[in-house]
Amino acid sequence: MKIKIAVSGLNNTDNPAPGVPVIRAIKNHPDFEGEIIGLHYDNLEPGIYMEDIKSRSYLIPYPSEGVDNLLNRLTQIHEKEKIDVIIPTLDSELYGFIKISDKLNEMGIKTFLPTYPNLEVRSKDKLWEFGKKYNINVPKTEIINSLQELNSSAKKMKYPIVVKGLFYEAHVCHTFDQVEVNYYSILNKWGLPIILQEYLVGDEYNVAAIGDGDGNTIGAVAMRKLYITDKGKGWAGVTIDDNNLINLTHDIIRNIKWRSGLEVEILKRNEDGKYYLLEINSRLPAWVYLTQQAGQNLPYALVELALGKPVKPFEGYEIGKMFVRCSYDLITDIKTFEKLSIFGEL
Amino acid sequence: MKLQKYLAVSESGFAFLSNTGDTFILNNTANFIIHQIQQGHDEETIVENLMENYDVDKITAEKDVNDFISQIKHFDLVE
Repeated sequence: MKIKIAVSGLNNTDNPAPGVPVIRAIKNHPDFEGEIIGLHYDNLEPGIYMEDIKSRSYLIPYPSEGVDNLLNRLTQIHEKEKIDVIIPTLDSELYGFIKISDKLNEMGIKTFLPTYPNLEVRSKDKLWEFGKKYNINVPKTEIINSLQELNSSAKKMKYPIVVKGLFYEAHVCHTFDQVEVNYYSILNKWGLPIILQEYLVGDEYNVAAIGDGDGNTIGAVAMRKLYITDKGKGWAGVTIDDNNLINLTHDIIRNIKWRSGLEVEILKRNEDGKYYLLEINSRLPAWVYLTQQAGQNLPYALVELALGKPVKPFEGYEIGKMFVRCSYDLITDIKTFEKLSIFGEL
Repeated sequence: MKLQKYLAVSESGFAFLSNTGDTFILNNTANFIIHQIQQGHDEETIVENLMENYDVDKITAEKDVNDFISQIKHFDLVE
């Protein structure tokens, strides 16, 4: 059966979104027949210009423009394209897509999104309570809503301290001056609350996974970053064989009945060898193409779940499979950019 | 002594610890010693085999084996 899948997050820069790797994985599945439709927020998202990624791509409104605008635009696109499935791949757009998911379903567009409680319970400002409730180690965390709280909380903590925004950014600070500078910097960009977290020394690992919403894990692949950019993004990584990471991910998915894709960030502390949960990201990661290459096509599993098909959980994956990102210039014509700018589609 | 079950060492001397993703490049001597450990030889035998295969005296061979074993213990490559 030919299907049309719309995927967002075509921004494939040095801070890449998961859209392009999600599309590549779907297209690699032997059962996939159909077309990929790109959904982009900016006319310079590289995925729009990459060959063999999408059939057509459409500009959609930023989440800040509200769900009504998003729904109107998706309705327009759907009239032309008759989309079967939408996979939003960015954290920031999930709330909007969840809000309109029933209406999309009525239009015949299927999704497989997290629930609101899923998103809330794993939020960075609630992770400490999450850890306590489910007996999972989480670095000591203070939630800051004012400069006064910043002063009093920072005094209680041992340096270095990690200063984090609710959605994006994290900075390791060695003095209170650095804490204050980063507090204001994040406040101006992302608002309150700001999170102060105990800095633990150890190795960081990531797990990409899918939960079916009933507490079952459909697939989970663990990866160690081999090279990290100045933005903290993995530029190379390798699949690893550590059941502690996979079991922790299964526990999280089971406890909160996670629905959809997710990425779990875990630190193995040098001091005691214990595993600490750093973050739960509510979407598949930008390195998800590695999971398909290692034997677990998580993006295609997400498509099948959205279509309501039974999906058999994956068993195992290839260890020692590596990814190395690359950056090269795509050449296009100003006419292409003009078409995108004027019509919002290509 | 037993190497970690997660440690894979190729003939060329490239070692991959599959539970952490750590990689190591072994020089010829280290590669020789680690394969001797894999074959289950004790330290005394490894020293003798090292002397036989490389033109080194016993003191140097013992030092090389001891140093290398300290290093692989430091990196948690032994069980």
